[in-house]
Amino acid sequence: MKRAGFVWCICFLVGLCAAGCGEKAPSTIRVGVIAELTGDMPAVGESCKKAAQLAVKEMNDAGGVQVGDKRYKVELFIEDNAGKADQSASAAQKLITQQKVVAIIGPNATRYAIPASEIAEGSKVLLITPWSTNPKTTTDAKTGAPKKYVFRACFIDPFQGRVLARFAMDSLKAQKAAVLYDVASDYNKGIAEFFKTTFEQNGGKVVAFETYTTNDRDFSAQLTKIKKAEPDVVFLPNYYSEVPLQIQQARRLGIKALFLGSDSWGSQELIKLCGNDCEGYYFSTHYAPDTAAPAARRFIQAFKTAYGGMPDDVAALTYDSFGLFRQAVIEAGKIDRQAVRDALAKIQKYEGVTGDMQFREGSSDPVKSAVILKIKDGSFVYFANANP
Amino acid sequence: MSYLLQQVLNALQLGSIYALIALGYTMVYGILTMINFAHGDLFMVGAFLCFLSVVLLKLPFVPVLLVSMVGTALLGVTIERLAYKPLRQAPRVSAIITALGVGLFLENFTLALSPYPKHIPSFVPDMSWMLGDVSISLLQIVVIACSLVLMVLLDLMVRRTMIGMAMRAISWDKTTVPLMGVPVDLVISMTFAIGTSLGGVAGVLYGLAYPVIDPYMGIMVGWKAFISAVVGGIGNVRGAMIGGYVLGALEILVVAFLPSTYRDFVAFGLLLVLLVFRPHGILGKPTVQKV
Amino acid sequence: MTDPLIGKSLMGQARSLANRQWFKGGLVAAAFLLSFVIPATGLLDQYVQLILMYIGINIILTVSLNLINGYMGEFSVGHAGFMAVGAYTASVISVRLFPVPWGPWLFPVAVAAGGLAAAVTGLLVAFPSFKTRGDYLAIVTLAFGMIVKSAIENIDALGGPRGFLGMERLTTLPWVFFWTALSILAIRNLVYSRFGRGILSIREDEIAAELSTVDTRRVKMIAFVVSSFFAGVAGALFAHLLQFINPRVFDIIKSTDILIMVYLGGIGSLGGSIIGAVVYTVLLELLRPLGVWRMVLMPLVLVLLMIYRPKGIMGLREFSWFVPGADLFASRRWHRKKGTVYGPP
Repeated sequence: MKRAGFVWCICFLVGLCAAGCGEKAPSTIRVGVIAELTGDMPAVGESCKKAAQLAVKEMNDAGGVQVGDKRYKVELFIEDNAGKADQSASAAQKLITQQKVVAIIGPNATRYAIPASEIAEGSKVLLITPWSTNPKTTTDAKTGAPKKYVFRACFIDPFQGRVLARFAMDSLKAQKAAVLYDVASDYNKGIAEFFKTTFEQNGGKVVAFETYTTNDRDFSAQLTKIKKAEPDVVFLPNYYSEVPLQIQQARRLGIKALFLGSDSWGSQELIKLCGNDCEGYYFSTHYAPDTAAPAARRFIQAFKTAYGGMPDDVAALTYDSFGLFRQAVIEAGKIDRQAVRDALAKIQKYEGVTGDMQFREGSSDPVKSAVILKIKDGSFVYFANANP
Repeated sequence: MSYLLQQVLNALQLGSIYALIALGYTMVYGILTMINFAHGDLFMVGAFLCFLSVVLLKLPFVPVLLVSMVGTALLGVTIERLAYKPLRQAPRVSAIITALGVGLFLENFTLALSPYPKHIPSFVPDMSWMLGDVSISLLQIVVIACSLVLMVLLDLMVRRTMIGMAMRAISWDKTTVPLMGVPVDLVISMTFAIGTSLGGVAGVLYGLAYPVIDPYMGIMVGWKAFISAVVGGIGNVRGAMIGGYVLGALEILVVAFLPSTYRDFVAFGLLLVLLVFRPHGILGKPTVQKV
Repeated sequence: MTDPLIGKSLMGQARSLANRQWFKGGLVAAAFLLSFVIPATGLLDQYVQLILMYIGINIILTVSLNLINGYMGEFSVGHAGFMAVGAYTASVISVRLFPVPWGPWLFPVAVAAGGLAAAVTGLLVAFPSFKTRGDYLAIVTLAFGMIVKSAIENIDALGGPRGFLGMERLTTLPWVFFWTALSILAIRNLVYSRFGRGILSIREDEIAAELSTVDTRRVKMIAFVVSSFFAGVAGALFAHLLQFINPRVFDIIKSTDILIMVYLGGIGSLGGSIIGAVVYTVLLELLRPLGVWRMVLMPLVLVLLMIYRPKGIMGLREFSWFVPGADLFASRRWHRKKGTVYGPP
């Protein structure tokens, strides 16, 4: 039995290899998606998957994508990274060598996007991350230059942190700010630090800079400290599953400050989880569902019809990533990895669901505006634009 | 002063929940010398049952508690019969790995059914009072009071009732006790039922205090409660209670007086130091090992 | 498979065993050569190569944890902490200290340094293990794992939660093979040495061992040091494969994964560790098409396996190829004398 076990394993490995053999001329446009379907952020993965399937369905219902003089259908491959960095990398590798995709969309969270992006960069395959806002995802760590094959559809953290700090000072007239963020998560920590830097540069004072660890539910100790510091505004750049608890606990303790958030608030789930406690607070995000442009409104309607709920920012950005990919394929004129990548790099302006994106020469990060939304009557309402 | 009092209240609330879960660990360990690593996930199931009974059945507080307790107890006994009983003669570690597997299964199964975190609408009136500068909410009182009442009841049961005596007897000597006419399997099942139902109650109280639940919420809480149980002296019911409050207090007070980023670092470091000085836990007795 | 020693004279048996040594060595050398050929010719595609490297790293982790949990019978739950120390040390050295073009040549130095750093922390964990036993040691190792993770999160120079980047992809199939073979060889030699008897005796009965002149303190210390050294090596290889590490990679879930591989394969068995690591890694990849249900099925399979084979796939048995000649020889003679049917030692 023991020897049989060894042989069995070898057979499987050979089988895996054989599965990858054989070159065929492409008859479809193959695109891969890496989503966090299990692990610590399944809601993000679920949103991404839904938007991806919607985007591909729309492309195929229109008869496929025009490449050269033929229309090709799009074939979608979805892989789960199980919330682990090494599985992100192996998913990327599998999509590239086994499913032979033209491009990869995803992963969403930075800590999974970076390993996948290394594989994509090394294999010279285009990767667009919809939601990763950390500047490091598209930067080559050794040289500091932008990566050639990794693009993103969202704005980056330094921009968001700055925007929110200026908003707090100018519109909310805050002089003293407190921050509560997840020390174990790169996204939260990144924005918190950019916020602090800008806030203090413009003359404000950050009176409390408290942390917690991911999956914590009890913030009473940190909030008690924050209450003592008497801030005008409390900045919570945290995920929508944590923010309602933080706000509820804060109010129960008697904290009367205004609460401010970042694009991680941008899901309808926030309202569901928060109820009335989040009334009157602000956050920055990628698009405003109520003043959306016609293209965005069509997307929201289609998403609602297909899945029943409002799309969150992950879904909107995934949809835009597919839109970018589609435009790149059309302009490339052929189903070839290098050609598609080059075509994407040449796109200067793209009007997406999440607003206008401009790609500057040599940069794979779009220049976009953020919108500030206010939570009013249980829904997200447009408040202001925050331009770069 | 009021700052300290506020933090003490916070510590009591958190500690109560750790203590309730730690009790489940310790009871199962005491009787089977097995660490039921699925306990944290049973706690999560309790919280989800609470969600279902509040949202779908719209029950008030006490029935919700009962539904969760009964639900988790049934699940606990089923798991014991299916997965742990066949391994009673096997090396201890196999049972532990099985427990880990069961826990993983529960987490991912719940995830497959509901990936989005769920909100539990409050089913206890949201009132709070200010005593000077210290705010006390009805929620906190309910959590702390419930926990204390249940712990006292459990302690009484273990010390004063027949079944408690049977449990203690089995943890002393598993082989001789059946010869005395004690229905060992039944007592073991009852122990599981009671231990896991306490975990279920902890799930309800947790859902009350922190109304956002997700399938992975049991992992960290479970490991921390396990640590509390061991620090208090594993197998010892009173030790588990003390251990829970000690860990809760450490976590809150470290954040209260030091930069909050040091919390895990300092809290676990202090626990290690404690174990160096009392290697068998606070109330644990050094076991005599015969050669 | 018939016992090649049956029916042979004493000299014949000794010669058989000696030939087996040559055969084993030849096999290892051939595999090593293969590990160079595969990436160069693309015999297997890159995805399969990546999986092979993951398997190698997992084998190192499993074998090193098996030393503590399987052979020594302790319950260590913080192995990912040692991995983290090794990963970060090696990464910092290769990114900050090495001049760029020399990277690939100095890679073994970085990996060894990672291993050494992890070994030093292993020493720290060994001290509490003198007094605490069983589940209390589990707490110590658990707390250690959490402390390491928390410490890294707080050190901004290491990137904190944002992680550490910049490593070159220095981990290649030949390197993984080399370190995997080295770890198996080292631990196997350790376990079958006189020193290793001490390790086994601690598992069976620590007090009796102490009374029988086994210096349990020294044995525990060395076992922890060796185990954590290789965990650190695995971490270093991992870091240079993924080119990005952050504290979350080395959390309790990782430790749990390694635990599962050890107990799945069989405690106290090197062949078992290899099988456990291979089965776990391959199964996880093969079940990808199941999507979300993959992670529901895996634990179920694990539970069923534990119920029907509680000691793991291999149990306490060992592949006869791993057992040194003298042991094999002696054990077979013993079996022959007793008239019992030959079974693996």
